[in-house]
Order: sequence, then structure tokens, then C-alpha cells
Amino acid sequence: MNDDRLAGPILADTPLREKVLRRLRNRPTTRGAAILLGVLVLLALLAPLIAPQNPYDLAALSVMDNRLAPGEQGMAGLRFWLGSDAQGRDMLSAILYGLRTSLLVGLISTLGALVVGVTAGLVAAQFGGAIDALMMRVVDFMLGFPSILIALVLLASIGRGVDKVILAIVLVQWAQYARLMRAAALVERRKEYIEAAVNFGLPTRYIMFVHLLPNSIGSVLVVSTVSIASAITLEATLSFLGVGVPVTQPSLGLLIANGFEFLLSGEYWIAVFPGLALVALIMSLNIVGDRLRRSLNVRA
Amino acid sequence: MTAPLFELRGVAKYFRGKTTLAERILALAGRRQPPATLRAVDGVDLTVAKGEVLGLVGESGCGKSTLARIATGILAPTAGEVFYQGRAVAGLRGRDRLDYLLKVQMIFQDPYASLDPRMRVSRIVGEALAVHKLLPRREIDGAVDRALREVGLDLAYRDRYPHQFSGGQRQRIGIARALAVKPDFLVCDEPVSALDVSIQAQVINLFMDVRARHGLTYLFVSHDLGLVRHISDRVAIMYLGRIVEIGPAASVFADPAHPYSAALIKAIPSAARRKAGFEPLQGELPSPLAPPPGCPFHPRCDHAMPACREIRPELAEIAPGRSAACHLHTAPKVA
Ligand SMILES: Nc1ncnc2c1ncn2[C@@H]1O[C@H](COP(=O)(O)OP(=O)(O)OP(=O)(O)O)[C@@H](O)[C@H]1O
Ligand code: SF4
Ligand SMILES: [Mg+2]
Repeated sequence: MNDDRLAGPILADTPLREKVLRRLRNRPTTRGAAILLGVLVLLALLAPLIAPQNPYDLAALSVMDNRLAPGEQGMAGLRFWLGSDAQGRDMLSAILYGLRTSLLVGLISTLGALVVGVTAGLVAAQFGGAIDALMMRVVDFMLGFPSILIALVLLASIGRGVDKVILAIVLVQWAQYARLMRAAALVERRKEYIEAAVNFGLPTRYIMFVHLLPNSIGSVLVVSTVSIASAITLEATLSFLGVGVPVTQPSLGLLIANGFEFLLSGEYWIAVFPGLALVALIMSLNIVGDRLRRSLNVRA
Repeated sequence: MTAPLFELRGVAKYFRGKTTLAERILALAGRRQPPATLRAVDGVDLTVAKGEVLGLVGESGCGKSTLARIATGILAPTAGEVFYQGRAVAGLRGRDRLDYLLKVQMIFQDPYASLDPRMRVSRIVGEALAVHKLLPRREIDGAVDRALREVGLDLAYRDRYPHQFSGGQRQRIGIARALAVKPDFLVCDEPVSALDVSIQAQVINLFMDVRARHGLTYLFVSHDLGLVRHISDRVAIMYLGRIVEIGPAASVFADPAHPYSAALIKAIPSAARRKAGFEPLQGELPSPLAPPPGCPFHPRCDHAMPACREIRPELAEIAPGRSAACHLHTAPKVA
């Protein structure tokens, strides 16, 4: 007869993190995407240090340098590796700073949407009844409209700005997290450890945030990595349409918009290079996020 | 007998049935039907004396777990009252309610679902002490260690996570968690049925040890009649949400009064059948959504009389300390 008191803990430690990382590394595409993403994030972080020029500093720009082709040298001797725009702004510097703005907006708005959505989903699952029904009606309503439409209407009425774009993206994205979180929390709430917590008279809010939240949030977090890409896409679209970030802090989307008018006159670099940067960012985020989602077996 | 430690009076729990799609369409067409109610527990009276072990047996789905959840305060009854130490639990607030909740502790059936997978063992066992500030912070570690030692777990594992333990070890953690708050009354819901047979006996022994050491009272739910006979002072037999027989274990097992009890007990000796599942009876267990009229057992009862189809027998004393709900013992008053 085996005595379970004498045996040690049985299951070997295989931290999920380790398994996931291994899977990410083993796929060449994913690996390439992860490296590209890492490089882009690093470039965005280091932009003020490595950019040849501060594209926000109007005094540093010279209109004389406008619309230089890639590789040309400017009046002050600066070489414009990716060319310059109509204001004589170095495109490489503008892209580095634009990357920064795009990533910042994507991350903060995703975080904001997560906080709102996760809390809403948790509350709906915990309290059920009328609160749940009402909240889920709102969620259905929000998800029923194309996100770009909701964001456009909001920004058209409150004006452009980094903070306003973030607000618009949060408004568009919280509902999907709320729905996912509610579904996960409903499953988790039926488990006996939650009943045990009730049996110990632990406060409802404590049970929600200390037991239910950490055990239900996994799938939501995984989905949110893919959602960063859609947040960035949405921001770029809004900025391209002229209701997004302000001209003083151009994101990749706004850079593309600025270069758009020169596309037909042959000055392709003003729009194309920021466009390539945006595509690289979104694709790498999508590939990494999707791989993460699949290896953790989460359905969006 | 002194006042009981614990009492249920007319306790019932109804679950609202899910409306099916067909019903919703009918409702849209204006043919609204009342939602089906599932009578998981349907009028249970029960007393538990201090220090006794009351075994509760019955087929799957008869409402044992629901009854256990009501007893421990996890679920509120739809009707009826729960008394702990003579006080109605429904009226308790704040500190008094917490006292009741902690004194009446549940031990769960599934050791894989009853521990928070993201908490360390030490946190699981010490959680209630810490959150309710039952002990000063620096004394909690000591109390956790004492509880772990008491259930036979090596203190070296106190910072492990539940998934690193076997089923038996997890059940010990669950027992330690309950013991940490110094309960009087443990409601054990099939606490060993999910465990390996070779482990079951050890965990049962642990239950008996801690009971002797702390003078605990048990409501012990089980499928295993052999086990219930072995450990119980009294035994209650449940059928479709009701107690059909209750009495001292020795006399109920020797001479069951209710035909349902008799059928269950007759099936005990066959170990093979016990392994194959708990199906000693002919016929299906009727749905608790639509219990048969009269005696709920009559479709399966060999002794059924015409009255059994119409008049529901109430639980009544048939001998000192023994009650049964069957017309064989209480001649039905013919209307
Ligand atoms: N939360 C719930 N909602 C709806 N129905 C429920 C709920 N909990 C239990 N039931 C139903 O109530 C009845 C009794 O369930 P319960 O779990 O109490 O039975 P049990 O005797 O413990 O069965 P088992 O031996 O399988 O554990 C079952 O028909 C079950 O489907
Ligand atoms: S009341 Fe009738 S049907 Fe019910 S158990 Fe007794 S004899 Fe059988
Ligand atoms: Mg059960």
C-alpha cells in the first residue's frame, strides 16, 4: 500500500512560461516575428537617443531640406537615409518617433480597455441577474457596431489628441474583454474552491479579486496581445483620417497621411517608409500574439 | 438528549430549470409556461447531536451535496430553517454569522477543484485566519504548520502549489484548511470518493483521528454504505430530495424499515457491484424535475400499494430513535 504522506509532491514543476517560450522559439516564423518586434520596441524606446534629428523641434528643421530623396544630404550636412518630408523633416527620425507614439497609444489603450473590460466581466459573472443582463446588453450593443464607426463619432465630437484617441480605443475594445472575462469567470465560479471561500466567510470583493480574477484572466490576457495590434491599426486609421493624434506628435498613421499627397508625384518615401514600419509592427505583433494564443489553446 | 448542535427544519432548495429554446419560442407565441423547478432538496428535517457521526447516503442526484451546501451556509435554502447551537442561521449577522460559517466547515468531494490552483499551500490553509484577522500576523505561520502537521503533511511542502500534490495529499490540505479555523462540525461531501482506493482508508483514518482529538461532529455524505456503516453512529437515507429513513446505524443496517433502504443495504456485500457504480435498484431514478406523485419511491417499490400512488408518506417515528417515510409503517389515513 502506498502512503501518500511519505511521497513528495508528485508533479514536476513545468512552469507554463517555460513551455510557452519554448514553443515560441521553435517556430522560425514566430521567432523571426518575435525578434523583429523586439527590435521595433527597442527602437521606439531609444528614439530620442538614436534619431538623427528631433522631428518635433521645428527649429531644427529646415524647409530647404524638403522632399529630399533617400540617401541625399541636407544643407547642414545631415544625411537623410530615408529622405525627408515637405517640412524638411528627416523621415528616419519621424518614423522612430512615430513608432513610439503608435506603440504608446496601442499599449495604454489596451491596458485601459483591459482594466475596464475585466472589471465589468468580473462584476457581471459574480452578481449575475439584472446587473449581468444589463451589462451584457451594453456589450452586445458595443460589439454590434464597427469599431471604427464608434471611434469616429466619438473623436468627431471631442476632437483629436493622444489622450482622446486612447479614450476612443478603450471605448471600442473594453466590450470584447468583458465578454471573455465573464465567460471565463462563470466557469471558474462554479469550482469548489470558490465555495470554500464562501464557506470561510471571505468578503465578496476579496473572492472576486483574489480568487476569481487571477484564475480567469489568462485567456483575456492572451487575446489582448493580439488586440494591441488592432489598437495600433485603429489608431493609425483614425490618424490617417485626420481625427487621431495631433500633427505635433505624429504617429505612423499620420506620417502615412502626410506623405499620401506626394505619392503620385513620385516622392514615395514620405508615405511608404512609415507604411512599411507600420506593417512590420502590426505583423510581428499579430504573429507573436496569435502563436501565444494557440499555444495556450485560447479561443478568441 | 441535550439540545442538538445542528438542526434542519423543513429545509428545501429549488433550482429554477433552464428554459429550453422550444419553451422560449412557445413563450414568444404567447404560450408562456411556468419555468420548471428542480426540487433538489424537498423538505428535510434533521438533527445532529454534538459529537456524533451522522452518515448520509443516497443515489447520485438525490440532493446530498445541495443539502451539505445548505448546512454549511454556502447556499441559502429556498424554504425552511437551519439552526446552529439553537440559533436560526438566517438571522445571524456580522461576527455571529462568521462564527457559524467557520464552526461548520465543508470538506469537498473533488480535491482537484477545491483548492485555489494559484495559491501556495500555506496561503490556502492560513487564508481565513489572515483575512479575518483571527490571529496576529506572526502567529499565522505557526497555526498553519500545526494544521499541516496534524493532517500528516510534510512542512517542507508548505510553499508548494496544489497541482504538485496527489489527490490524497490535496484532500489532507483541504482538511488542514478546515481545521485551521477550529470548527465544531465538519460536513464531509463524499470526501474520499475521488481518491484512489489505496488512499481512501488512510484519509478516513485521518478523519477519525482528528474527530477523536478535537471532539468534532460529522455529517458524512457517502456513496459507500460499507464505509458509512463502519464510521457512523446514525445514518440517514435520502431519496429524491427527502430523508426516507433515519436511525442508529446498527439497527438501520440490521433491519431497514424503508423498502429503499432495504434495497440499498441488500446490495452492499457485492464489492464488484459497488465498484461498477451505485445502481442496486431496478428502474431509473425519476427526474427531480417531475417527481412521481404520492410516495416518490413507488415506481420502483416492490411493496407499493394503491395508496402509495396518491398519498405521500411523511417521515414518522416507527421506534424510539428511528423514523421512516413509508406507508408500511404508518397506515395512511384514507380520505
Ligand atoms: N446550481 C444548480 N443549479 C441547478 N440544478 C442543480 C444545481 N446544483 C444541483 N442541481 C441539481 O440538483 C440535484 C441534486 O444535486 P446534488 O449535487 O445535490 O446531488 P448529489 O446527491 O450530491 O449527487 P452526487 O452523488 O452525484 O454528488 C441534481 O439533479 C442536480 O442536477
Ligand atoms: S410508501 Fe409505499 S411505495 Fe413508498 S416505500 Fe413505502 S411501500 Fe413503497
Ligand atoms: Mg454530490
